[in-house]
Amino acid sequence: MVARLASGDATVTDLAEPYDVTVQAVSKHLRVLEDAGLVSRSRDAQRRPVHLEAEVFDLMTKWIERYRRLAEERYRKLDAVLETMSENEKEKSK
Amino acid sequence: MTTNTQHETEIIVDPDVPLVRIIREFDAPPEKVFKAHTDPDILKLWNGPDGYETEFETFDCRTGGSWRYKSSGEDWEGWFRGSFHEIRPNTVIIQTFNYEDIPDGVALERIEFEDLGDGRTRLTSTSLVDSYEGRDAFLASGMEVGVIEGYNRLDGILAAG
Repeated sequence: MVARLASGDATVTDLAEPYDVTVQAVSKHLRVLEDAGLVSRSRDAQRRPVHLEAEVFDLMTKWIERYRRLAEERYRKLDAVLETMSENEKEKSK
Repeated sequence: MTTNTQHETEIIVDPDVPLVRIIREFDAPPEKVFKAHTDPDILKLWNGPDGYETEFETFDCRTGGSWRYKSSGEDWEGWFRGSFHEIRPNTVIIQTFNYEDIPDGVALERIEFEDLGDGRTRLTSTSLVDSYEGRDAFLASGMEVGVIEGYNRLDGILAAG
């Protein structure tokens, strides 16, 4: 649910739909998240979108960017390795 | 911020499916990029983060084969293993990926090698897991303890609900 909210605000119905759970069950979870200060929404209206608080969103963004950076770090090493492979092949074809 | 090169890695975190996709282009033809993934002597030169060495115990790179390696750095070491489900030369590698300390956390990986012509390749690596929690654990792997603890707390809060 947190992952779904990280990609954008959603209504309670939106949140319940992909899972085999009732709107009531989702509402119950949301109350817990709301009490913890992780999400915010209008108190009485079920149709109002649920908004993930910046702190949680930032955490996801941080994880994603770090994962991307690690991949880039690996691939820069691969760039260097590929260059060496090219040189070796040129050597061979001489 | 990271330095901007022409080939900077792109990442896609799908909102509807627990997968992470990374895309990167290389100035080498698919044959060469594929070889760098399937020859353990070459793979160990670039596999893993900076400061970590890869030591293969098994690397049977064929459809139905398997792999296992130890990754070790200054203050950490761990074992990783998986199965090669499909190896199609210069085109695709489909394999599983698992950190042995979390045996249930198995990712299904699809690595595609796309020929861009002019001796260039686009590499698309997709990791699919079976839950959003699993995906987040995957994204956060190796993160400083504080962050993982934070997420565990969030799990606790959700479970209490």
